[in-house]
Amino acid sequence: MASKVVGVREFDSLIPLLRDRGYDVIGPTVDEGTIVLDHVATSADLPIGWTDHHDKGTYSLDKRADEAYFGYAVGPRTFKRWLYPPRQTILTIEHAETGLVFKPEPTADERYAFVGVRACEIAAMEIQDRVFAHDAFADPHYVERRARSLIVGVNCAVAGETCFCDSMGTGPECTAGYDLVITEVVSGERHEFIVESGTDEGETILTELDGRPTTPADRKEVRTIIEDTAASMTRTMPKDETYSLLTENLEHPIWDSIAERCLNCTNCTLVCPTCFCSTMEDMTDLDGRAVRKRRWDSCFNREFTFLHGHAVRFTTKSRYRQWMTHKLAYWYDQFGTSGCVGCGRCITWCPAKIDITEEIAHLAEQTREEVAT
Amino acid sequence: MTTTVTRRPTVAVWKFASCDGCQLTILDCEDEFLSIVGAIDIAYFPEATRAERGGPYDLSIVEGSITTVHDAERIHDIRAKSKALITIGACATAGGIQALKNWADVDEFAKIVYAHPEYIRSLSTSTPISDHVTVDFELRGCPISKHQLIDVIDAFVHGRKPNTPTHTVCVECKLRGTTCVMVAHDTPCMGPITQAGCGALCPAFNRGCYGCFGPSESPNIEALREAWHEIGVDDPHLVQALRTFNAYAPEFKEASETYA
Repeated sequence: MASKVVGVREFDSLIPLLRDRGYDVIGPTVDEGTIVLDHVATSADLPIGWTDHHDKGTYSLDKRADEAYFGYAVGPRTFKRWLYPPRQTILTIEHAETGLVFKPEPTADERYAFVGVRACEIAAMEIQDRVFAHDAFADPHYVERRARSLIVGVNCAVAGETCFCDSMGTGPECTAGYDLVITEVVSGERHEFIVESGTDEGETILTELDGRPTTPADRKEVRTIIEDTAASMTRTMPKDETYSLLTENLEHPIWDSIAERCLNCTNCTLVCPTCFCSTMEDMTDLDGRAVRKRRWDSCFNREFTFLHGHAVRFTTKSRYRQWMTHKLAYWYDQFGTSGCVGCGRCITWCPAKIDITEEIAHLAEQTREEVAT
Repeated sequence: MTTTVTRRPTVAVWKFASCDGCQLTILDCEDEFLSIVGAIDIAYFPEATRAERGGPYDLSIVEGSITTVHDAERIHDIRAKSKALITIGACATAGGIQALKNWADVDEFAKIVYAHPEYIRSLSTSTPISDHVTVDFELRGCPISKHQLIDVIDAFVHGRKPNTPTHTVCVECKLRGTTCVMVAHDTPCMGPITQAGCGALCPAFNRGCYGCFGPSESPNIEALREAWHEIGVDDPHLVQALRTFNAYAPEFKEASETYA
């Protein structure tokens, strides 16, 4: 595929170009003191000169010394908000002469261009594809939106302090699943974007951006940025061990320890780019219509575990264990992949400061000690 | 449009110790009001109409808490003439802000406030309706949400389960895309232990949640206490936050007494 080195001014034509091609552009922007994903109209909407710092239950938005466009890690929102929206009308039911009429909700015709998508987020979309797009129960709304979406990826030049994609094998480099991928080079006076295409649509867009051809030095620069970002990550997840570690320790005391700290707030699941639990809300209105809506839900909600009038996971312990064992173990059985992409959101956005990488490390350590004694 | 409703159910709206805000929510349903009165037959609602019809009623909607001997008797009479009884608002479901008197000396208050406290006949407690009679459904909030109220009335009319989630306000923040104010801004927020219903109104305006909808289905208040300590909020402030509109809701009450 093609590649090009694009200067700042030329790069600024990208978002308007995407809009001219009929895309609704979703990208990073500063709002509510955070870098969030939202509709963007020009480069001026991007978090230029901003970065973010993360720790357990802690987030801060800070100024950078330069004017980098993508010089931050990830914010609290994820692209699932647009592919798998918080509320989705499924069908409406109305009375007619002939009886009840069921009308499935037609798929909407949005065409999104997602800009600034990180490797972990592309990995998350590919995981959600396995959930929503792969069998007889494919969700037409998701499938349509996903098929029409354009992905403009970014190779991470900054790792958040809670990031661990390197150990999950999902980043920081975008290796596939993008239409275009950007590596931003900001050093001294130099501020350029090395842009590569991954699809025909990406290549067509790239031809409309002015720039110079890439050189071997540019490609080396890309490698250096990716390697430095990977090397800067301090958290790790033992990806290949979590299945046995968790499934063999379902009654371990660690679950009690986590349950004491867990707020049941659901933040971890709702900021997670792969979590997909939902509930159905059947509403009638006083004029005799009924609507079925799907709404984001969470395995941390007791009400979510109700089966036939009884909550099957009544305690926080059982619900936390459900989440972690599903995400890091049973997901392999169900979808052939871990449910975690190492984006670190569940660590940053947990008000109780629970860190899954730490909990897994504790469990591994305690299990080793138990075996040793 | 045909509907399955043949006879409109008769509805009575009752007031106990409260500010009237919740029953006014019925009148605030401006766009939906004609649909509401088309679906139910309002038989008793002094706040809205002087026309009154005696019971029995298919549904009684009760606002306010029990603070007097007279009211403690009146609620039994209302229950006896109501097929179903729904309580609305923090006063009716948890005792309201006036339940703060449950921790105080009411005679002492009366002496300070009234020139002739001997005329005051008040119980020493403010308690929810469910402490006195069987309640079929409790709709939380200070005030209640108009949308939830319409849904509950609609659910009653159609004989279905209301859509009133018992999860936390945090879910509503995520649904609307609001950034967590506690994580991003160190703002003490009751959201992680508070039931949804308001649509995460305060966090959306960069404020912490005040707990207007009472405890969520499984609140871990000790964990919230730890999180608040981390951002520099001490126990006296936590106790104040727990003792507002839903102070006497069992989980908030127990926690505030533990940390007081």
